[in-house]
Amino acid sequence: MSRLQRHSWFEADARARIAGLVDANSFRELCGPHERLTSPHLAVLDLPVAFDDGVVVGEATLDGRPVLVGAQQGEFNGGAVGEIHGAKLRGLFERARRTRPAAVLLAIDSGGVRLHEANAGLIAISELMRALLAARADGIPVYGLIGGSCGAFGGMGIVARLCDALVMSEEGRLGLSGPEVIETVKGVDEFDSKDRALVWRVTGGKLRRSLGDATMLVDDDIAAFRDAARSLLARPVPARDLAALDADQRALTQRAARHADARDGLDIWRALGLPEPALIPMLDAADFNRLLAPLSPTEAA
Amino acid sequence: MERFTLSLPSAPCARADAAAALCGVVSSGNLEILVDRGSMADRCDIEVNTSAHGFRETWEAVLSDAVARHAAGGLALAINDAGATPAVVSLRLDQALEALEDRA
Repeated sequence: MSRLQRHSWFEADARARIAGLVDANSFRELCGPHERLTSPHLAVLDLPVAFDDGVVVGEATLDGRPVLVGAQQGEFNGGAVGEIHGAKLRGLFERARRTRPAAVLLAIDSGGVRLHEANAGLIAISELMRALLAARADGIPVYGLIGGSCGAFGGMGIVARLCDALVMSEEGRLGLSGPEVIETVKGVDEFDSKDRALVWRVTGGKLRRSLGDATMLVDDDIAAFRDAARSLLARPVPARDLAALDADQRALTQRAARHADARDGLDIWRALGLPEPALIPMLDAADFNRLLAPLSPTEAA
Repeated sequence: MERFTLSLPSAPCARADAAAALCGVVSSGNLEILVDRGSMADRCDIEVNTSAHGFRETWEAVLSDAVARHAAGGLALAINDAGATPAVVSLRLDQALEALEDRA
């Protein structure tokens, strides 16, 4: 597909992402903007509120199968999670346990906890994690989609890694502390958040896919995210028993040892034995996936 | 935040009974407009919440223009604004009201 025909996931807002992700006109929003569930904390601080508190949740179908969908609005306060925002997502996972959809799809676009809501935001994130894990324990798969301008950082970075599988574009970034936070705390020599190429090499989808954090890498295109979600939905529900968790833990321990000295995604690509690491940021998703296929750090996309 | 409400005369909207639309996102220099059913068929009720202080006259001018361009009677508009310029406000109002006209 030519670049001109693409509809960028990165540029789209939460509602446009959902509209392109699920079957046409199948989405029914829950706790929508007309209910005006706005943040009491932002109102007390005399800051602008949003009628949906920066997150869109509801139910839809994908390939005719029922799914629950949550999409964060990255533009509103950096997609950050406050009390209401978090409660809507937590409620989505509680609903999943009752309605047993084929999957929960989570379009993550967030810097983490909304600092204005401090403890309420932290509690919201912890409740969201608990609800997500409870839904998974009930056998409902949770798939994360990361390709927005805020990426998935802070508490939402943890939530992302609790998902059964992650779809990322290179533009969507994943980490715990965001680049700006690291630069503020440790200095610009540690991590220059203005160096966009470095930020993408260290937190972007290609590195995350190389390390096995992301399950699939796609181009920045709404249709590509939809196709990836469809292929995840067509798979059997992923097994998550103690043996699988032990295997994950061993893999992470080995990875930490193997890449202990890496300062940059380039070092990791070099260590993995990929040809011409410096050219990797220029590859589109298909070429990158072909390059990575022989390594297959988790599973083929 | 500066908050105020207005009720402006406007031609009746054919779809006021089923009015429900949202456009825009609350972010720097942008705003969201939520369209609901209003109370009177020949007036448009508007509620503005804006982070920019002291621009009420400008808001009134932009909103009056918009409800003159569109049949917005019988509608209630609720606006959350994070410092959008008058041109952006005007564009979003057109988007929100045209979304209803498209469905008519």
